[in-house]
Amino acid sequence: MVQATESATPKRRAKGSNREPVLSKEQWQQAYRDMLLIRRFEEKAGQLYGMGLIGGFCHLYIGQEAVVVGMQMCLEKGDQVVTSYRDHGHMLATGMEARGVMAELTGREGGYSRGKGGSMHMFSREKGFYGGHGIVGAQVSIGAGLGFANWYRGNKGVAVAYFGEGASNQGQCFESFNLAALLKLPVIFVIENNKYGMGTSVERASASHDLSKNGSPWGIPGEQVDGMSVSAVKEAGERAAQYCREGRGPYLLEMKTYRYRGHSMSDPAKYRTREEVQKMREQHDCIETARNVLLELAVTEAELKKIDDEVKVIVQDAADFAQASPEPAAAELWTDVLLEAK
Amino acid sequence: MATAILMPALSPTMTEGKLARWLKKEGDVVKSGDVLAEIETDKATMEVEAVDEGTLTRILVPEGTEGVAVNSPIAELNGGAGQAAPAPAAAPQASPASGGGQGGGTAPPAPAAAAPMAPTAVAAAPEKDWGETKPTTVREALRDAMAAEMRRDGDVFLMGEEVAQYQGAYKISQGLLDEFGAKRVIDTPITEHGFTGMAVGAAMTGLKPIVEFMTFNFSMQAIDHIINSAAKTLYMSGGQLGCPIVFRGPNGAASRVAAQHSQCYASWYAHVPGLKVVAPWSAADAKGLLRAAIRDPNPVIVLENEILYGQTFDCPVDEDFILPIGRAKVERVGKDVTLVAYSIAVSWAMSAAEELAKQGIEAEVVNLRSIRPLDVDTIAASVKKTNRLVTVEEGWPYANIGTEVAMQVTEAAWDWLDAPPVRVCGKDIPMPYAANLEKLALPTVPEIVEAAKRVTYK
Repeated sequence: MVQATESATPKRRAKGSNREPVLSKEQWQQAYRDMLLIRRFEEKAGQLYGMGLIGGFCHLYIGQEAVVVGMQMCLEKGDQVVTSYRDHGHMLATGMEARGVMAELTGREGGYSRGKGGSMHMFSREKGFYGGHGIVGAQVSIGAGLGFANWYRGNKGVAVAYFGEGASNQGQCFESFNLAALLKLPVIFVIENNKYGMGTSVERASASHDLSKNGSPWGIPGEQVDGMSVSAVKEAGERAAQYCREGRGPYLLEMKTYRYRGHSMSDPAKYRTREEVQKMREQHDCIETARNVLLELAVTEAELKKIDDEVKVIVQDAADFAQASPEPAAAELWTDVLLEAK
Repeated sequence: MATAILMPALSPTMTEGKLARWLKKEGDVVKSGDVLAEIETDKATMEVEAVDEGTLTRILVPEGTEGVAVNSPIAELNGGAGQAAPAPAAAPQASPASGGGQGGGTAPPAPAAAAPMAPTAVAAAPEKDWGETKPTTVREALRDAMAAEMRRDGDVFLMGEEVAQYQGAYKISQGLLDEFGAKRVIDTPITEHGFTGMAVGAAMTGLKPIVEFMTFNFSMQAIDHIINSAAKTLYMSGGQLGCPIVFRGPNGAASRVAAQHSQCYASWYAHVPGLKVVAPWSAADAKGLLRAAIRDPNPVIVLENEILYGQTFDCPVDEDFILPIGRAKVERVGKDVTLVAYSIAVSWAMSAAEELAKQGIEAEVVNLRSIRPLDVDTIAASVKKTNRLVTVEEGWPYANIGTEVAMQVTEAAWDWLDAPPVRVCGKDIPMPYAANLEKLALPTVPEIVEAAKRVTYK
């Protein structure tokens, strides 16, 4: 289930984890690097937004990095990922280039959608990333469709549909659960419960207090997972992926996570206290946890610094590229509306 | 190296704000993510977090300062060793024309400067003669079209309510389950929103779903996926991700099913760039257009009509028979007035033409077949001959397809018009149930005759 060597298991439990973390040293290093890349990328995006280089809506993933990085470690080439508008982290985790993502944020020709999609609308069929959807909950049905495609083609692929606890109340989520369970589609439904759907806490939005049970009427197994712990995410994700690959139908994971920033850039997040945010950052931060684990695994500060620097270079390069790339040509206005019929 | 920390914009519209409070002081060591200061705008107070790391060497704007312009330096940071290049102090602002589109002072895009819409014209060529025909119902034609395409392409499948075991609520999918099996002819629960989204997701991977709506009235449950997910993704993805999908089913009034089940959606879907919309009338239309819709790499709406399902027309038997989307057909030639219609309204227009002929008026009937793209060339050519236009449809008058046709004709053939165009259409009311009222709510042949006489001043 979880490929890890006994010797590599850290002696101390990672902060915030409710399971024994069981990643190899290499996997911890990879996870640390991938989470840090998302964190630094998002901080830079926030900065560019502040400079007026990024417009419109911009939803940052800061705080939730362990979810997507842990899940991605369970996926294989050919698997698919779809998510909401808080999507930069998912794109980086699937291996999409930081340059192309950042240039899309700045609305430039070098962006993944050539500047026509923006923060919420990027795709890469090559990396199995199917968006980037701006309508709350739409990606859940679409995710069921990605799983449907695997089922139809009879391959072993698994689709992961990420959505927030706010979206989890949308009717189409339950329609999708039913459809996926009926057809036994290989879909992992991942609820990223960051506690607030925009400004409304989960307690005020959902009468269900255990969202992992949301698929239970259709017999979909569900688990609550410490979404601040990349190892806990990976462990649960492996279980879910295996279940799906065996043709047993969909699986639901509720990731208990937290976003440090507001819902979008213009959200001052006054619906929660600074202490609450501070507490999560200080005691449950996924990157700090990974860092501590790596130090215990005898990775040196210098080695960590090397990773930090590598990430910084990637992010700065992406930011430079995103500013240097020209705006799309005016003729782009008219392209990509329809494909030419053969 | 010193890095300038700039006054950030906290929303797309913010130009200045108040620096309310510094949470760090000069000399403090700052890490990424540390809150540096609080900024007040007219809407909210927000925190400014550090992006770069280093020591805060200088605060340039003291707390309490109002009207601090976005992008002006508010502090300086002395970066540590190995620091990546600092953000430029003077941010290169996005060009003000970037969001302006056509009206923003930039030159209008050359290729389409004359047309406010994506190109629609299809090169005019005489319709191919497909040879031998046989009497076929519209119902059979639709089924035959799906079966032919499913035989041809394993990625094509049909899903919807009652399409498999029940053989179709209106028996359109009769026999398909037997031939293609349960994996390709899929009964869904009654969850239009969910199964439409699922089909769109499958189409994004390259499969070619045919989604049957039991009637188009129920497509409103799914309209978000049709428009936001299916129609817009190609554009939003910069051309990377198409959505080859067909949405089909009966559209418009059937008989005595009242307001919620009697509505024409032509205008709704034709409004949307990224969709194609066809509305077959005859069995040949149904077969040829549905086959083209299934092969089309874009989302296509196929608006059928329940009353036409059982009607018989001559339909080509050629195995390769297919019709191009975007071409209208002149069903009856005349010189005095052009009647433009689609779907069941073509039947009414043909009857009206018969009646008009008895009164000495030769009407030309144009069957649109395709609502979007619209065959303006064929319509305009007819109007240039007859100099008069009457549109016929069952949809409501406000912003209906006749409105669009009349406007296109006004633009393309204004100098040829000898009378203002007239629209004959459904009355501007929800559909009543009572038989007599329903009849009054829909266009009638006498109304079309009357309109034709009005524009010919007879």
